Amino acid sequence: MTLFQAVPDYSQVNKQEIILSIRDLSVEYQTRRGMLSAIDTLSLDLYRGEVLGLVGESGSGKSTLGKAIMRMIPSPGRITKGQLIFKNQDLMTYDENQMRDVRGRQISMIFQDPMTSLNPVQRIDNHIIEAIRVHEPDVSKDEALARSETLMERLGIGRRRLKEYPHQLSGGMRQRVMIGLALALKANIIIADEATTSLDVIVEAQFLDLLRELKDEFGLTILLVTHNIGIVAELADRVAVMYAGRLAEVANVDELFHNPKHPYTQGLLRSVPNIAMDSQDLYRMDGTPPNLVMPPSGCRFHPRCPHVMDVCHQKQPWLVRVDEIGEGDEQVGGYDKHLASCWLHQEYQGSTQARRY
Amino acid sequence: MSENNPSSSNTILRLQDVKKYFPVKRDLLQQIMRVGEQQYVHAVDGVSFEIEQGKVFGLVGESGSGKSTTGRVAVGLLEPTEGEVVFEDVHLNNLSGEELRKMRRYMQVIFQDPMASLNPRMSLGEGVGHGLKIHRLVNSQQEFRHRVSEIFEKVGLTPGDAYFDRYPHQISGGQRQRAVIARALVMQPKLILADEPIAMADVSVKAILLDLMVQLQREFGLTYLFITHDLATAKYICDRIAIMYLGEIIEVGDIKTVYTNPKHPYTEALLAAVPVPDPRFRRPAPMPRGEIPNAINPPSGCRFHPRCPMAQDVCKTEHPRLLGVPGQAGHMAACHFRTGDYIHLDPGPLINTNVAIAK
Repeated sequence: MTLFQAVPDYSQVNKQEIILSIRDLSVEYQTRRGMLSAIDTLSLDLYRGEVLGLVGESGSGKSTLGKAIMRMIPSPGRITKGQLIFKNQDLMTYDENQMRDVRGRQISMIFQDPMTSLNPVQRIDNHIIEAIRVHEPDVSKDEALARSETLMERLGIGRRRLKEYPHQLSGGMRQRVMIGLALALKANIIIADEATTSLDVIVEAQFLDLLRELKDEFGLTILLVTHNIGIVAELADRVAVMYAGRLAEVANVDELFHNPKHPYTQGLLRSVPNIAMDSQDLYRMDGTPPNLVMPPSGCRFHPRCPHVMDVCHQKQPWLVRVDEIGEGDEQVGGYDKHLASCWLHQEYQGSTQARRY
Repeated sequence: MSENNPSSSNTILRLQDVKKYFPVKRDLLQQIMRVGEQQYVHAVDGVSFEIEQGKVFGLVGESGSGKSTTGRVAVGLLEPTEGEVVFEDVHLNNLSGEELRKMRRYMQVIFQDPMASLNPRMSLGEGVGHGLKIHRLVNSQQEFRHRVSEIFEKVGLTPGDAYFDRYPHQISGGQRQRAVIARALVMQPKLILADEPIAMADVSVKAILLDLMVQLQREFGLTYLFITHDLATAKYICDRIAIMYLGEIIEVGDIKTVYTNPKHPYTEALLAAVPVPDPRFRRPAPMPRGEIPNAINPPSGCRFHPRCPMAQDVCKTEHPRLLGVPGQAGHMAACHFRTGDYIHLDPGPLINTNVAIAK
């Protein structure tokens, strides 16, 4: 098959290759009541071939981060500082023309409502054909059509449905079309922003199965932005937990779920009803997420934290490693590291070992 | 259900063969020419169940299953096309508008979107207590304020008096949903229809609201008809559960029985599809094909047959009845191979949920 020949074997996460590095990124919104700090000096690396789950509640900044990567923060918001290193280039230095080339072609985004991304007066096949020909202008229309048929067949959408318009497809099918577009464009990174949230549970499960297969088949790197912890547990390799515009914790999925270090992560995990448990006492986290025009001092979680200490009011904890640091393990960052920003792990916060990530 | 369980004395609500069809709007040409057959959406198609006083009865299904329509018919917000709704021995169908209106006091509703449920131009106190005034249950503004403030405290809006004069836009989403719960509660209802009451809330707020609803239910001996698409939530709060598919109940039983021993292949699939917040858990595959079909022309025979992995010819022609599961009191399912005449052909559970735990 010519469509996706010679794809290197990315079925394993490449723990050495950072495909996107977010450095010290801040996003602010100008509001009537003052400057709203939606994302505050956030750093996060995305490794080639991984599914990174980005979890948080509404207002945590997780969707803003997804949009910031595409440099699509709507006015009156803007990226006030930071770098977005993608393929050794800082996207922040790109002009609008260069960014247009990145959006969709190199980094694709799938939203909760695919109807907003599909043209209602274009048939499905035209969407895909256009996407293929944007990438490879010398491909003939017939060839592009043949390819889109093969591609959509793989995604479980038959030839007949390709002749239909977006509104004639079900929600699950539209999301498949969105994935098809990203694949046709051979995007390096797919940002899925609550992509399964409007789907019914069985359709959602079908979609997650498909995503998992495609990930290995095409070596996709996926940033999975969601509030649904179950989906993260199912699909993600690593998880980043956001709270009030900052990262609370970053770890591989097993470590995060079975050895969470940040009180927010701990509370969050215990407040989700789990169908696999016989009986369960739900944890009730006090309070609500803060107003980010006047965020709490120090650690932004301190007003809700059951373990709050004096220092939490005063000083912001850095995101530092909280796992054992082995020999020859000194480099900053790293795929397998467990990071948290919490004064409970003060020995790491204060020590010379502590590095900001 | 009545076949197995003769109506017990503490049944508070009973639906018998309830159907609700909505006419499909014909296009202009058809209207002018007066051609084309009038079509109907079979939103609810022959649903029967009973809710015991003081219990939480869950109605679960995907979008388009008819769960919300069933709920609305059950509390008299919609008139059934056919069938009976009996609330505390009163047949709602026979009531006049005025009588039904009086009855509503005892059947309160909590919807998903609190902002849409509260009048933005009324203070919280006036909005939440509105029903008290409509039904003339208070004699003075003083008493009114007292009653409403008291309820605010019950749902965790403390101090209640301080919330009375605030407006919906001034409080958080979680607090708004508490106010909506208070509005239902202030009427001292016997039955509360809760239609996706926590679906819009954030994860941490969800847990608190769910807990609050459980606590209030116990404190006031309330009966809930709890509608949700989330099976994990249903497991947490419900005593009994009915699974709906395309306007029909395809399985009903005690929550534990249904979850540990599902009989209908659709129930099995639904339960298996729920994402489990634990990466060591592996979801069993495979999922049924396709999506829930259109309710205008539901599939013949068993409505699940086009998606069912164990469908046989009989499933295309014969409509399975909701029948008792042998040896399990109160547990019923509508599947030829699990409860019906073809039970000897049962191929066994579709999805082995036991392998799911260890990954």
